[in-house]
Order: sequence, then C-alpha cells, then structure tokens
Amino acid sequence: MTKKKETIISVALIAALLIVLYVLEQILPSTSMLFTVLKKGAIYALVAVSMNLLNGFTGLFSLGQAGFMLLGAYTYGILTIPVEQRENVYMYFDGGIVQFTVPVFVALIAAGVVAAVFAYLIGLPVLRLKSDYLAIATLGFAEIIRAVFQWDKLGPLTNGSNLLRAYPTFNSVLFPFLVSGICIAIIVMMINSTYGRAFKAIRDDEVAAEAMGINLAHHKRIAFVVSSFFAGVSGALLAMYQTTIQASTFKSAMTYEILLIVVIGGIGSVTGSCISSFLFIIFSEWILRFLDNDTYIGSFHVPLLRAGFRKVVFSVVIMIIVLFFRQGIMGTREFSIRGIYNFLTGKSKKKKTAKGGNA
Amino acid sequence: MSENNVLKVENVTMQFGGVIAVDNMNIEVNKGEIVSLIGPNGAGKTTAFNVITGVYAPTNGAVYFQGEKIIENHPQGKMKKLYQGENDGKYTHSIVPTPDKITKLGIARTFQNIRLFKSQTVFENILIAKHLRRTSNLFTATFHLNGKEEAKMRKEAEELLRIVGLEDLRDEMATSLPYGKQRRLEIARALATEPKLLLLDEPAAGMNPQETDDLTAFIAKIRDEFGLTIFMIEHHMDLVMEISDRIYVLDFGKPIAEGVPEEIQNNQRVIDAYLGGAADE
Repeated sequence: MTKKKETIISVALIAALLIVLYVLEQILPSTSMLFTVLKKGAIYALVAVSMNLLNGFTGLFSLGQAGFMLLGAYTYGILTIPVEQRENVYMYFDGGIVQFTVPVFVALIAAGVVAAVFAYLIGLPVLRLKSDYLAIATLGFAEIIRAVFQWDKLGPLTNGSNLLRAYPTFNSVLFPFLVSGICIAIIVMMINSTYGRAFKAIRDDEVAAEAMGINLAHHKRIAFVVSSFFAGVSGALLAMYQTTIQASTFKSAMTYEILLIVVIGGIGSVTGSCISSFLFIIFSEWILRFLDNDTYIGSFHVPLLRAGFRKVVFSVVIMIIVLFFRQGIMGTREFSIRGIYNFLTGKSKKKKTAKGGNA
Repeated sequence: MSENNVLKVENVTMQFGGVIAVDNMNIEVNKGEIVSLIGPNGAGKTTAFNVITGVYAPTNGAVYFQGEKIIENHPQGKMKKLYQGENDGKYTHSIVPTPDKITKLGIARTFQNIRLFKSQTVFENILIAKHLRRTSNLFTATFHLNGKEEAKMRKEAEELLRIVGLEDLRDEMATSLPYGKQRRLEIARALATEPKLLLLDEPAAGMNPQETDDLTAFIAKIRDEFGLTIFMIEHHMDLVMEISDRIYVLDFGKPIAEGVPEEIQNNQRVIDAYLGGAADE
C-alpha cells in the first residue's frame, strides 16, 4: 500500500465520519445523549492528546492541564461576550473593562495564545524540576490560577466568582470535531517531525539526548508551551459546550480525569488518547450514570448507589489500570490504516507495532 | 599551541566537596590521533570526560577545542575555601556550556553504560542525532516544509547505518540488539552528530576477544573514513596498545605518565599503579 493511497483512504474516512455525524444530527433530536458524548468526547480528546504530548512523548509529568484550560476558557469568554450583553453579565462590575468583541476563531486562537504565554512564563522556573516535583508545581499553578480568577479585585475582567455567559456557542457536533481534529492533526505532525523525535529522545534518556546535542531546556519549553496552547483551545471549546464559565469547574479533579484518559489510552499513543476519551465520556456521562442514583428493585434499595459513587468506581478503575494494565489500550502503538491493512491481509506487522513500548 | 591541536585540557581540577576526582590534569590531543586515557578504577577518567563534555563544570581550569577556549572555570562560592588544587587564581572567567552546546561544537561521546533511546528503532536512534544540525524551525518542521532537509537527514542516517554495518537491523528496537551491536550503534549515533573529536568511554567493556578485535578494526576504520580524532577510556590493554598513538595514565585523579604505548608498558610508576606496588614517591 502506497503512502498516497493511505492518505486518500484517511481523507475519505474522515469525510465519511463527518457526513455520518451530519446525517445523525438531521435525524436524531439534538438533545440526544449521543451528541453530548460526541461533543464532550471530542473536546476531551484534544486536551488528552495535548497532555499526552507532555507526559507521554516528552516525559514531563505535568498536572497543570485544568489551569491552562481555565485560561483558555476565560480568554474565550471575555473576548466574545457581545458588548450589549456585558452590562448584564458583569452586573456587579459595571459591565467590566473589556468593551469589544472579536470573532470566534480569533478568540479560539487567543485562548491558546494566552495559555501558551502563561506556560512559557511558569515554565522558566518550573521546567527545571523533575518528575513528581514538576507535577506538584504545575498542579499548584493550576490551583492558584483558579483561585486568582475568582478574586473579587479582578472582577472587571473575570467577573469574580460569578458566571461568564451569553458568549457564542456551538450547536452542531461538527464544530468541536473539526476544531479538535485540526488541532490533533497539528500535534501529530509535530510528533512526526524532527522535533517529535527529539521529544521522544528526552523521554527515553535525558543524559543521552543532551549528549546528542538536544537542548533540554529549549525542547522541554517547546513541548510545554505547545501542549498548553492546545489545552487553552480545548478550554475554550469546553466553555462553548458548557455555555457558561465558572472558575470553580476547572478543579484538579478535571486534570485527573484527563490523566485517567491518557493512562487508559496508553501513555505515548495519540489514537489511544482519542479512543479512551470517547470511552471515558460514554461511561461517565451515560452508561454509568445509574451509579449516582438511588435505585430500587421492587422494594429493595440497592446498596452503595448514591450521588458520588461513580467517582469511587473510577478511582478503583484507575488503580486497577495502573497496577495491572500499565500499557493502557494502545501502549505506545498507534492505530493506523496501514496497521489495519497489514492485519487484514495477514502481512507480518512491523516489530515496532507488535512490541509496543515500555514508557 | 600547535595548529593541529584538537583538544587541550589545561590545569583542570574537579573537586566534589573535599574529594578531588581530577587533579590539575593536562592533556593534549592532536588531529587524527587516537589517544587513550587509562588508569585503575576510580582514577577519575570518566569524570575527566564529563568535564570535557560539559556534564560537570570544572572547579578550576580550562578546556580548548581546536584552539578555542570552550570551557573555563575557577573556584566559586564555598568552593573558594574548599579548593585544594593548584593554579588557584589563574582562571578568572566562568564559561560553562551545557553538554548540547559542546556536541554542537563537534565533540561527540559514548557512554560507559550504554545509553540508547530504548523505545526507538536502530534507525530512529541515529536519526535523532541528526536533529542538532537542523536548519528548520518548529513551524517548518511541524508543517513538513523542510522536506529536503528531512530527506537529507534520513539519507545520511541510512548511509551511517551502512558504514557501521547495521543496515540489516534498521527497524529492530535498539535495545533488542546484542551487546556488541549496541556499542556499535552508540558509536554510529555519536558519528551522526558530525563530530571532529569522538570521546569513547570504555567502548570494549564487556566484550569478548573476538568482539574486541572487531571493535579495534572498527575504530581505526571510522577514524580514517570520517577524518576523526579519537580520545578514549579503555581497560582492554590489547586494544589500547594496538590502536593508540599516545596514552595518558591517570591515578587518583593525577596524570602519572604520558607517552607512546611502548613507553607506558615499561613505565615503573604505571606498573606500580596497576599492580599496587610500593608507592615510594
């Protein structure tokens, strides 16, 4: 199978997927749970891939994702609330200080840029840390950002602890799919470039990577900034999905959810992250909902089932995965057309695909 | 300093707290030479390598590469009080580049305990080492606008694989290779950074006599083919005596002898250092 053929098939599959989504939207009611899952799944796929770029491909264990999403969400909201609505939204702060709006796509990019700028700045001190210390520092950053954004003194900009709302959102499931798809494609292209190879070298052996002339500080910063950029964009998408923005939703629990997705999908696998984000959302938003509800079978009150029990189940799941299935669904392998083709035609798989990695 | 001087280590002292690992070391390596650094375990050989490659900043002293000063340092902070070496006060600047800068200048190295990129194939290991000679930036590389350069990198990496005789193992995982081949791959990876000076840290460690013979021929071959200068640490005396133009002997961080292989073999201080004879100095 030639490379050209592979590209044609990929493009055809993506087009087919979009058409299917479009048709589904025409025939199913827009309140269907399916669309909730698809929208949120696409958004979480992007943020999971951005986290995987750091944790899986560069070997930087960072837990700041929720913080960068918050920055992206707020940037998007602040820049796109229509001027005539601001008096209403910022009712405690005299309409706020920002009195202009920008188009949605500009705001999406701005959301990424703001997150990236913050990442660059905190990256200067924080990226000198290794492993757990980096995780603690980035987690701390995310918590501080969340607290700062709720601060009353910043109210004219962030609306304090009140909601941001009335900004443009999306109705069609195609929008998050397209934006996430383009962003993930860019990340994949970067991973496949010479920079991606340098990231993987740093992950495998920092000392050897540096001896091969790879500037550690520079490349870690690139990975951190790029990852945060896309976390910012996904934060903006999440804001559009939720139709309101409140700092308190971007808790560290959100980072752990994303981490769970990355681990389930396979640390170091982009397609793994995508697949597992949809799986995760399907289970948490749809199939396992019943865990949170009081349930009676006849007159028998099923024990344990009550609000919050879902979280317990997820905690157990993450423990089981970390203990017994460290490789996740995909390991470091990727799901590819060529792989399927080789599998179907019975051609021996390349050793690399067969063995996976040991990240 | 003569014109064909590639590496010059000048009065380098490396002191960790109160321990002097390298004591006032002076070494010169000329263009095209194979120079060996030998000495008993713990003599400070690898530390010397780590100073030259920028892993450690020396406590005092300077390193020149092709006549240019690349590293210089003097005792600072609390080391000012602790410093026990010689030539205190001779050096006043502090030039301490990171290892990647040193590699970029043209000094590549291998490691005593092999350090390959373990999740990568043989080919990818070499390709990674081509990264530092890139002219593309993040944008052009991501959007694959550097097709020519990428193709060139790949072609050069393939070429290197052929030269070192690993082309059949191109798509194997690096860590699945037999030990001798891993060593060879590590050398190939160092060569991919286009060095002028190659530092080999115990390239024959753990090899049997047959593999050592192969390696001897291999080192001589790459020296000629790439116009390299080679500076290596080695314990296999057969290899050292056969291949070296000159030898430096280090003991307790101090250079105790220097010369061509015959001189070293007959030097009483060297024999004492190795056989633990009476130290009557």
